[in-house]
Amino acid sequence: MTATQWQPSELQRTRDAYRRSRARRSWLIALLSSAVFVGALVLSVGTSPGWPRVRESFFDLSLGWQDLPGLLRALWINVQIMLITEVFVLVFAAIIAVVRTLQGPVFFPLRFVAAAYVDIFRGLPLLLVLYLVGLGLPALRLHGAPDSPFVLGVIALTLTYTAYVAEVFRAGIESVHPSQRAAARSLGLTHGQTMRHVVFPQAVRRVLPPLLNDFVSLQKDTSLVSVLGIIDIVLTAENYQSQDFKFVHYVMAGLIFVVMTVPLTRLTDWVARRQGWQGSGGGVV
Amino acid sequence: MSVPQTLAAPLLSVRGLRKSFGKSVVLTDLDLDVPEHTCTVLIGASGSGKSTLLRCLNLLEVVDDGVVELDGQDIADPRVDANAIRSKVGIVFQAFNLFPHLSVLDNVMLAPRRVHRVRRQQAESDAVAMLERVGLSDKARARPDELSGGQQQRVAIARALVNRPRLMLFDEVTSALDPELVGEVLTLIRELKSDGMTMVVATHEMGFAREVADQVCFLDGGRVLEQGPPAQIFGAPQEPRTRQFLARIVAAGRL
Repeated sequence: MTATQWQPSELQRTRDAYRRSRARRSWLIALLSSAVFVGALVLSVGTSPGWPRVRESFFDLSLGWQDLPGLLRALWINVQIMLITEVFVLVFAAIIAVVRTLQGPVFFPLRFVAAAYVDIFRGLPLLLVLYLVGLGLPALRLHGAPDSPFVLGVIALTLTYTAYVAEVFRAGIESVHPSQRAAARSLGLTHGQTMRHVVFPQAVRRVLPPLLNDFVSLQKDTSLVSVLGIIDIVLTAENYQSQDFKFVHYVMAGLIFVVMTVPLTRLTDWVARRQGWQGSGGGVV
Repeated sequence: MSVPQTLAAPLLSVRGLRKSFGKSVVLTDLDLDVPEHTCTVLIGASGSGKSTLLRCLNLLEVVDDGVVELDGQDIADPRVDANAIRSKVGIVFQAFNLFPHLSVLDNVMLAPRRVHRVRRQQAESDAVAMLERVGLSDKARARPDELSGGQQQRVAIARALVNRPRLMLFDEVTSALDPELVGEVLTLIRELKSDGMTMVVATHEMGFAREVADQVCFLDGGRVLEQGPPAQIFGAPQEPRTRQFLARIVAAGRL
């Protein structure tokens, strides 16, 4: 009842007015400084001698616009590679992260293999792995070995990204307080059940932002499979470029990648907020 | 605690304080005076607004309305430098809130070094002296999680005291402690009181409240429903709500 009746006092109204005026002032300053900044940028870039050539080669958007259908068609292959790789990476990375936290001497070989795998594939350049797997493996002519560049590309990306993501998961698992484990074990849950139902769910929530980081990175790195001869969006742009030697085709492909990653970022932010993971970001101080 | 203190200008004076979170109004039209060198104890049921009041006094919450005067300055005003005010008011939390990645000594030295710009040598000797005062100089190099709850809380008190605050706020500082550890913390607060520190203490320890308080305030429905010297509040409470609350405390065996 007080909530509806309450009116701010005279003093509080002057405080609120002060806060509003400060907020207005901040807005104004932001607006002004942005205008000055953009103005200076346009002026200095626009008047520089090389600008007309840059614009013609990089920003002839009427030309770039015509690429759009072709590029988007080629993008489908990147999206396929990305989605399939992501599923494999999540599964394998989770397994390796859990293996690395196993205790007891019996598991030493498993722990050792998992650690060695992570150390090696985190250190190898992705391009090298793509060459080794994508070109080296078919050259062996092993019976039953895959020879489709698509499959080989997915394997190479999975090998590299699993190593990264396993470390992200492991950091998450280790950040869960030991008291959580103690509570779960005290209820009679096994080590495995504790992992599955108590530790891992909390770990995943904490590492969602870095996990997303790795997936955005993966999204971009799908373009590297073009070295195996897969006609993806980058190779398509390269074909266009070789016809008129203008770089706007690459700019368009780049824009498509950026546009693709932004919604993903916003989505995780939204998920995090909805679950109330305020962390130290919440509150007035 | 006798006569003249009520005549002295209060160090802290709260008038018409209001604080709500969304639709729930936690404090409304709350008045409180805390004279210098006295101890005010806040009692009341869980959710009666004790913690919120303390957080408002340390500017950890933005108040909806009302005046909070510290040393004659309205600190609820958005124009004041909140960090400067906070460094004059110490608060100790129920859950200690020590920084787990710092040693005990570094916990105590952090604010002197970074806020008050005390030189390392000076800050360290101040911190060691303060730890000695709370009886923990041998734990200076330990990490907070190596200490018992009572020791951690004493470190938290040292961390607040080392900044020489004008006013100390204690937010149910013994509620998370084992009964045998409560004593060491309360003893420390008693000593502070006899040193003349101005304090506002929210607590469920009624025996302690009775002993250490100059005035007791019973919070109910977001305001100070009844206040007075402990003998009056505990001996002859006027308000039915106060009597009810104290009866429940007695029934729970805590008075």
